[in-house]
Amino acid sequence: MDRVQGFMYPNEIELQWSILIVLYPFITGLVAGAFILASLERVFNVQAVKPTYRLSLLTALAFMLVAPLPLQLHLGHPERSFEMYLTPHTTSAMAMFGFVYLWYLMVVLVVEIWLEYRREIVSAWQSASGAKRLAFGALALWSSNTSAEALRVDDRVGRLVTIIGIPSAFLLHGYVGFIFGSVKANPWWSTPMMPVVFLFSAIVSGVVLVMLMYMAMTAYRKVPVDMVCLDTIARYLLYAFLIDFSLELLDLAHRIYEADESFKTLDFMVHTRLFLSQIVLQIVVGTLVPIVLLASAHLVQNAALRRLVYGLAGVLTLIGIFAMRWNVVIGGQLFSKSFLGYTTYKLQFATREGLGVSLLLLILPFVLLAGLVRILPPWPAATAPATKH
Amino acid sequence: MPVPDRRAFLLQTGKLLVLTASAAAAWDYVAAGQPENAPGYDATAHWWAMIIDVEQCIGCGRCVQACKAENGVSTEPYYFRTWVERYEIDPSDPDHPRVESPNGGYDGFPENTRAGVKTFFVPKLCNHCADSPCVQVCPVGATFQTPDGVVLVDKEYCLGCRYCIQACPYGCRFIDPETHTADKCTLCYHRITKGLQTACVEVCPTGARYLGDLKNPADPIHEFLRTHMVQVLKPQMATHPKTFYNALDGVVR
Repeated sequence: MDRVQGFMYPNEIELQWSILIVLYPFITGLVAGAFILASLERVFNVQAVKPTYRLSLLTALAFMLVAPLPLQLHLGHPERSFEMYLTPHTTSAMAMFGFVYLWYLMVVLVVEIWLEYRREIVSAWQSASGAKRLAFGALALWSSNTSAEALRVDDRVGRLVTIIGIPSAFLLHGYVGFIFGSVKANPWWSTPMMPVVFLFSAIVSGVVLVMLMYMAMTAYRKVPVDMVCLDTIARYLLYAFLIDFSLELLDLAHRIYEADESFKTLDFMVHTRLFLSQIVLQIVVGTLVPIVLLASAHLVQNAALRRLVYGLAGVLTLIGIFAMRWNVVIGGQLFSKSFLGYTTYKLQFATREGLGVSLLLLILPFVLLAGLVRILPPWPAATAPATKH
Repeated sequence: MPVPDRRAFLLQTGKLLVLTASAAAAWDYVAAGQPENAPGYDATAHWWAMIIDVEQCIGCGRCVQACKAENGVSTEPYYFRTWVERYEIDPSDPDHPRVESPNGGYDGFPENTRAGVKTFFVPKLCNHCADSPCVQVCPVGATFQTPDGVVLVDKEYCLGCRYCIQACPYGCRFIDPETHTADKCTLCYHRITKGLQTACVEVCPTGARYLGDLKNPADPIHEFLRTHMVQVLKPQMATHPKTFYNALDGVVR
């Protein structure tokens, strides 16, 4: 009972949703944001970010494949999770997860990536032998038609899929926000702002991730960074960040001004148990500092120094967004619904829902991405024809 | 223009009617979940409710013990289908009551030695809300409301996602450490469908708990509700609880 300060309902003392449920919105946010960056080039014709187009798609796919794993690991009966597809309970926000996920993964990401890479897949199929030939043949669906007309159709369908993909990405992450925002029993979660705040923070985190990946990969490949591309990404990042922060401030202002029955409890929590993760990490280190860095980066003339500024801003932003997810998920369970007390979350390491598993789940998308990059190189290789964009 | 064949028309309509009726019956069955197969018990003939008389509760914890024994609830701390809270309110600071529920009140409460405070006990259990948020959020429908108004969990179907625990405003749910599925008060459904009382009502020495059937016009619950000022917990949540409290202080959440 030393974990409890004040009074909790007895069943509330143990937290129900662990760090794995923190990872879930964090990872899906990265997916949605990376996709939005890809669509900047594809739909909104922002040519400057072209060098990151394919990387954005592959990053989104790698993280999307990992997104359901923390949920699976968290379930008391993971073997029953398929029931959500077979007998979805139509009044439940969570019941939609499988469908939203599959729609986004299969209809948007996989189709768009396939169309984008089809010409290279066919070319690899025709030039390879043995198992590799079989694999690429299967990937090409045994269709070798790469005529100008076929590629034109690919391009048009790809554009259409991206156009469908943008609201789908919004749906994916807005939906994750809705899962929390619709819990009326929990005043920390229950706000219609939640899906919107989740969405914009998702865009911020995904754009940052691709920006960092692009910088890391150019360094790894020892090729020069396209600074126009990087500057453009950083500019869009700043815009998204400003919207995100404004929305969060609006939510905060609303809560403070309205000061409903839960306010004193939540206010106390923010000033004590969440002080480090909310005030310090999320707001100061993870939001204000990166915004200042991004806003003032154009003053730095030296390209290498500017990259450093972007890199620092990016890393801090990811820490801030992770802290935001943490504060929502864990913070929402630290206080009693009686508003009379607080409990503590004890993060363990080597347990099913511990830090060790979480770190593995965060590393796994990068391993998948490394594999994807090998199979589907996001940049023009010496032997492969240039991309059509 | 061909004249419609009356015989074929009637046949078709008849078939449609039969099909619609069986579909409706099937749908009722699906929508209602699976009430326990109790011979002679008509689930649609009852609508269960609980009355808690705060003035009668002495905080002995017998109800908590009986509930755990009857329903095999883990005796580890933090798992309670029912529990008892003790409130101590200083009249000069009514917004900050001191509340405690040591081991859910299982072993009773230590004697209160504070002078000049208002003290009372509040037994808690699932409110069996008519509009249950827990039923609403269950992704597979493992939590459901029976036709007689009891909220139950199908342990063979529950995923253990814990969304229902988050959705319950009253802290009435937990994960059963053995089955890894959601657990909560069943209103002793295995007993009340056989005409028995719930375990907590059965053992309460002061009659602080009363199980009533709102569909039975002869049930004394109607008289009680008519003659007492009752309250439900967190009415602003619009969950329409069916656990009614008599003499509940406004500070209780």
